[in-house]
Amino acid sequence: MSIKTLFRRKSLSGPSPLGMVFSYLVLGAWALVVLFPLYWLFVTSLKLPIDVNTGPFFVPFVDFKPSLHAWHYILLGDLQNDTIRPYVTTIIVALTSSVLSLLLGTAAAYGLTRFEYRPRVGAVLTFIGCLVLAIVAIVLGVPWQIAAVVAIALFVLLLQTIGRRFKRSLANSDIAFWLISQRMLPPVAVVIPIYVLFQRLHLLDTRTALIITYLATNLPIVIWLMRDYFQTIPVELEEYAAIDGASRYRIFWSIVVPLALPGLVATFLFVLVFAWNEYLLALFLSGADAQTLPLTVAAQNATRGPQWWYMSVLILIMIVPVIAIAIALERYIARGLLVGAIKG
Amino acid sequence: MQAERLAGNVFVWPAVLVVLFLSIFPLIISLYLSLSRFKFVKGGFEIKFVGLANYKKLFLGSQQGHFLGVMAGSSPVGWLVFAAVVVLLLWSLVRYVRSRSLSVGGVVGRVVSTVIVSTGVWLLVRTLSAGGRPGTLVVTWIYVFVGIAVQYLIGLGLALLTTQRLPGRRFFRVIFLLPMMITPVGIAYTFRMLTDTDKGPFQPIWQALGLALYSWVNDPWGARAAVMIGDIWQWTPFMFVVLLAALESLSVEQVEAALVDGANRWQIFWNITVPAILPVSTTLILIRMIEAFKIVDIPNVLTNGGPGTATESMTLHSFITWRALDLGGSAAIAYVLLFVVTFVGMSYVNLVRQRVSEGQ
Repeated sequence: MSIKTLFRRKSLSGPSPLGMVFSYLVLGAWALVVLFPLYWLFVTSLKLPIDVNTGPFFVPFVDFKPSLHAWHYILLGDLQNDTIRPYVTTIIVALTSSVLSLLLGTAAAYGLTRFEYRPRVGAVLTFIGCLVLAIVAIVLGVPWQIAAVVAIALFVLLLQTIGRRFKRSLANSDIAFWLISQRMLPPVAVVIPIYVLFQRLHLLDTRTALIITYLATNLPIVIWLMRDYFQTIPVELEEYAAIDGASRYRIFWSIVVPLALPGLVATFLFVLVFAWNEYLLALFLSGADAQTLPLTVAAQNATRGPQWWYMSVLILIMIVPVIAIAIALERYIARGLLVGAIKG
Repeated sequence: MQAERLAGNVFVWPAVLVVLFLSIFPLIISLYLSLSRFKFVKGGFEIKFVGLANYKKLFLGSQQGHFLGVMAGSSPVGWLVFAAVVVLLLWSLVRYVRSRSLSVGGVVGRVVSTVIVSTGVWLLVRTLSAGGRPGTLVVTWIYVFVGIAVQYLIGLGLALLTTQRLPGRRFFRVIFLLPMMITPVGIAYTFRMLTDTDKGPFQPIWQALGLALYSWVNDPWGARAAVMIGDIWQWTPFMFVVLLAALESLSVEQVEAALVDGANRWQIFWNITVPAILPVSTTLILIRMIEAFKIVDIPNVLTNGGPGTATESMTLHSFITWRALDLGGSAAIAYVLLFVVTFVGMSYVNLVRQRVSEGQ
């Protein structure tokens, strides 16, 4: 028992009794703030329409007689098919898009931290110019196949001549900022062009369309979180592996990814929640076939006014899987390793 | 060896291509839409190029009161605030021009930012003084800055409390994450139930305060507060979980050493904890800021933008214009929003984030 262990005990021991009371008061107060709306949802899900409409009733059995009519209606009754299908769709879409965006995003994030990319300004400008020309041509009525071929030819031609003149090049941080800037345009503005795009590809109202869209919207977040995380992994480990003859892919897959697992898990959780809850894009891109749960929730605000009881049931059954996943993954976050994921 | 040399490209291209595929196309189409008028005609639609007319309508024309707000006469306090900000901006500009590291791009960039920021402050001062009415642009700023500040402070406080050795802290950690899991539409409807002063759960409180017939819908600041409370409830968990992880990774040794040297809690917080979580905080705030500018679900469901347009955010303004089938006007609002977010985001990255990472 040296002096050092004594001090360690001091710094790691709990706060003073007074501090503890204060902490519990604050934590309890916020827990109340968080839980009360959820409790109200639960209580509302047990109410008959008349109980909701005649004033606030707080405690089932005491204030009012609880009824399972809403649960019955959503899970077993008329709405059963209207619940199960969106549920399955949401699970498939959210999981697939999150896993895919994690795969592509992690690779890109690794590239952006360990390689140097120097896209030339000239090449980028030429590319944008040709793309604008092609789109204007299509809008003006040129068949898209012709427009695409001409634009590609023009791009190659200009790249060889003008594009090389500009020696200035962009850096990795510019690419990263470009990626995050893709989240800046509000979905309302993005949704019409995407709608037209998927209409042309005959993918409207399919799960594929939703998966692709969520993949693209989530990639920037994955790249930013994972990029900062990789920066905290020492390069030396990878260098030793390279000396031993491991390829870049091998290093990435068997050294970097396992080391980054906690960060991956936390990022996965964020991305999953985004895809699980997304509303506006789904509203436009899916109809009866590929409806997701947020749409089902919003649909309870029908012509007869909001059907609070059905809505509450839906919101509650919608959180359950996410909470289950969050609890299963919480230990990785609690381990304090997510930090790296954000460190700039 | 060929594959090895291509590794850099293999890693980055798939992601870039996917983002490019779904972003460049909408970006250009929206830009084109914002410069044109969209009209349904027999058997289809017609897009007519009208130049900057949509933007002109927002800033100078019929939509000005809606978008920018109604300007009030100048109040002395307002002018004082405005003058102080301008002096501050000019001072930093002069300081930069005098410094050694001078470049043309740097000067131009700073002059442009100075002009933009002063215009923004002028707009804030004029619309928020008595007699003025803030438009959707100003309301969005209020949501973003108030929301993020409150979320960050609450998140940090809770994270600090739950990193203590308290029995039951894991319970609190899981509980505090819950609001983030709920779909924003669901949260919006939940808060519509909760803020109902007649049939909502707080009805007894309203009754006791003599506000039973009070409705959020009639008071602009009350309605805005309701929207912000919903937003804060929803997004504090995000701040909380990231800051929690940052605090958990603080090295115990450093704190111990400081304790040995006789530092008190406050000194430890300022000199060890704050510098350690600063980089994390800057990225966190950047991500939240980008998302917060797009706030739409809660004002849409909770207040439908009302009373009048008091709680309308820019995205909701764009959405409502879109519903009225004015696609050009809607795209113009979206583009102004894109410009504002890009400007704020870039200034933020240049000013704050780089300074913080240099300081590390």
